[in-house]
Amino acid sequence: MKKHRSSNDTILTVEGLKKYFPVRRGFFQGVIGWIKAVDGVDLTIHQGKTLGLVGESGCGKSTIGRLILKLLEPDEGKIMYRGQDISGISDEAMKPLRKEMQIIFQDPYGSLNPRMTVGQSIEEGLRTVGMKGHGERKKQVAHLLEMVGIGPDAAAFYPHQFSGGQRQRIGVARAMGVNPSLIICDEPVSALDVSIQSQIINLLKELQSTLGLSYLFISHDLNVVGYLSDTVAVMYLGHIMEYAPAEVFYDNPLHPYTLALLSAIPPPEPDDRHTLPSLVGDVPSPFNPPPGCKFQGRCPLVEDRCRKEEISIYTVSEEHVVRCWKVAGY
Amino acid sequence: MLSVQELTVYFTSNGRVARALDGVSYEIRKGETVCLVGESGCGKTVSALTILGIIPQPPAQIMGGTVLFDGQNLLDLGEREMQKIRGNRIAMVFQEPMTSLNPVFTIEDQISEAIMVHEKAGGKEIRQRCIKLLKDVGIPSPEERLKDYPHQLSGGQRQRVMIAMALTCNPDVVIADEPTTALDVTIQAQILNLFRELKQIRKMSLLYITHDLGVVAHIADRIYVMYAGIIVEQGDTIHIFHSPQHPYTQGLLASLPSRTKRGGTLHSIPGLVPDPAHKPLGCPFHPRCSFAIKSCQIQFPEMYDYGEGHLSRCPVLYKKDRSHYEKA
Repeated sequence: MKKHRSSNDTILTVEGLKKYFPVRRGFFQGVIGWIKAVDGVDLTIHQGKTLGLVGESGCGKSTIGRLILKLLEPDEGKIMYRGQDISGISDEAMKPLRKEMQIIFQDPYGSLNPRMTVGQSIEEGLRTVGMKGHGERKKQVAHLLEMVGIGPDAAAFYPHQFSGGQRQRIGVARAMGVNPSLIICDEPVSALDVSIQSQIINLLKELQSTLGLSYLFISHDLNVVGYLSDTVAVMYLGHIMEYAPAEVFYDNPLHPYTLALLSAIPPPEPDDRHTLPSLVGDVPSPFNPPPGCKFQGRCPLVEDRCRKEEISIYTVSEEHVVRCWKVAGY
Repeated sequence: MLSVQELTVYFTSNGRVARALDGVSYEIRKGETVCLVGESGCGKTVSALTILGIIPQPPAQIMGGTVLFDGQNLLDLGEREMQKIRGNRIAMVFQEPMTSLNPVFTIEDQISEAIMVHEKAGGKEIRQRCIKLLKDVGIPSPEERLKDYPHQLSGGQRQRVMIAMALTCNPDVVIADEPTTALDVTIQAQILNLFRELKQIRKMSLLYITHDLGVVAHIADRIYVMYAGIIVEQGDTIHIFHSPQHPYTQGLLASLPSRTKRGGTLHSIPGLVPDPAHKPLGCPFHPRCSFAIKSCQIQFPEMYDYGEGHLSRCPVLYKKDRSHYEKA
């Protein structure tokens, strides 16, 4: 990882991204507090590479995906797509960029319209980006379905006639339809069985190498992320806790939360049986968290300083940053 | 302890017959953890529900087989007698703690109901037992939690409450159906540790249903691998993981993504799990199997013995293996 990356091979940069959701109570729906879903996040996605975003449920990883696609408006921060700040632009100005960025959702059942045939679902996307000719669209649909390995005949069927893995392939085909450059994969394999999961992972990898796609791969599964990603970011309650190139991340993980996540996964190795070292407690609610480090309540290394000061991000080596003063040696 | 033999369950709807279980046999010995592994739709849950007699009939139809527990066939028992066993001797923990707890009753109501169904006990005693159970499953300040409603607890704590409810009557067998699938990894680790601890203290038998091979490697003593309503391989955990003999088991193990083997193409099993209403003739795995020969399309495979309780339902690999030995 010595190679210095020039700025023109980055496709997307996110700087200081924040999204707070108000919590309302009572008759007048007064705001009684804020859920800090995304609390100052910096990320970079390189052209043709995969950034894996890992964290437990409720850590804000899906919110980031939605902010990048402008399905949600950020409260603060910049989203730079190919050098252009898209965080404040109008829907009209966003329209041409919609073609460039697509999303694959976790639940292939919920994201396809059950009353439309697969062909219609994919065509709809093509029409909105201005592909006018009916014949041309039909051809493109057939091509897409071929590409994801289900075959063009599938266009005439309805979503319920497919299995979960096939539906996820249709989701992939739909996202690919408009020739995007960046795809947000929001837990695309979490709902699938192991043997089908590996098929989809292979499909995503294959498409990336042939089409030069960039992925933001959101997942809770460190094994899947490790398999696919070039860079890995770990999130906890709206903060990035550790951020590093994948080799560095898996060879030398530093943050106590990362270590806890890694050791909590039971390895498929029956000889290696031990009591899984587990964190105490649950993921705390992101509603009005205490000052200081967000991980303080469950951290084995916690000290007084963690409870008082806002912990900033420290650079431990080139491109490896960690939000913990103790392991960073400060 | 509990032995399921040749269990066959079909589902019928609109004249279609889905063969959910096609002669499944497995047994759980005293104090043992047995894992049923397989992908969705392979019949893991159906077999568990059939053991407890809570499978809805119709659409399900038990076509044959026996469930032997303590010398009696549970399938022959009436609802009255079954109630004495269910929850009392055999208890179940479900995957979704939120949908299996009643949202309008407190935790205390729900645990004490489980006690009162099976035993006569006074209010104070029940309360004490509820507190003890919650303490056993590692819920902090149990006295206060008793007054809580399910929505006030986190996912991990709800699952702990479910486990506490399953343990109320000191069951001989606990059936856990994907109990950690809906949980985050750090919480899953806590629950797995809890199961191991409880099993050691209480000497109970555990039938653990899961699709996660990491979890299996971590807790199982013995494993049954299911595919499309049949057992394809069974044996000790070490045997299954170190020398899997069925192509399906081999494929499953090879398709696990791992952070240590990054890059490259991941092994994957081609094709799809067959529709239970249109299962292929012969070996149900043959359309996806790279070792399949002609006879696999016609003949339903038998179990082949590899010794030490390790059985696999693949004649092709068995014969290959034997010829190898003979040459050697």
